[in-house]
Amino acid sequence: MFEWILSALILIGAFFTLVGSIGLYKLPDFFMRLHGPTKATTLGVGALLIASALYFSFNTDQISLHEVLITIFLFITAPVSAHLMAKAAIHIKLKQVKRTQNSIE
Amino acid sequence: MSVFFNKLFPHPILTLALWGVWLLLNNTVGAGHIVLGLILAISIPFLTSGFWPEKNRIRAPFALLQYVGVVLWDILVANMAVAKLILGRNKDLRPGFFYVDLDIQTPIGISLLANTISLTPGTVSCDLTEDRSRLLVHALHIEDIPAAVKEIKERYEAPLNKIFTAC
Repeated sequence: MFEWILSALILIGAFFTLVGSIGLYKLPDFFMRLHGPTKATTLGVGALLIASALYFSFNTDQISLHEVLITIFLFITAPVSAHLMAKAAIHIKLKQVKRTQNSIE
Repeated sequence: MSVFFNKLFPHPILTLALWGVWLLLNNTVGAGHIVLGLILAISIPFLTSGFWPEKNRIRAPFALLQYVGVVLWDILVANMAVAKLILGRNKDLRPGFFYVDLDIQTPIGISLLANTISLTPGTVSCDLTEDRSRLLVHALHIEDIPAAVKEIKERYEAPLNKIFTAC
């Protein structure tokens, strides 16, 4: 039963990380591409880390919680880097797809 | 007594956070690390307090917990929604920029709001105007801009404004 939960978590994590990468590849402009890595990966990495914490807590003597730290640091740094990249992209006037509403010049 | 406390712990929240991070980094709750972590957690904010002039105070800790819960849930929902959008056809996406007028004044409040916006449904915060009054947001797929702004303001900004206060 325990293995099933772990496998499910790892598969969910792998799926969302994959979706993030697909987004990075197929979306048409830079601003839209930013959405893949900032969101799809937070759940992806989150699920993988929960699986890791569960595995090492139950299969070794001690409770393993430093995965929580990775999650927290990821949640703090991913939006900050996305914000800075978006700001830089606006500054150098990267092209946006035509149908963008209120596009920034 | 209170003055002494403020001098020794210029940033009590930072002290607690550092202590927690130290214990998590070492992945142990051994007595030695509890003491070493406490020494570091007290001395680091004390020595660096000159670089952190503004103090933040959490006015409503339970509201903060509730906020964290709401955001975690929204991240879960956002991931599903964005996964669906990404796997759908590019042609159907209607990206757009919009501004959110800010009511919060504190830097920590604004940065947490920007972080939250980037982590939740289909939006990334892109820029903050010089006077800190408006936040530029890019959405992957948006149909009703006023409704989105209203949701951000009610769901995230109002609680953050209640939680953090400069002192």
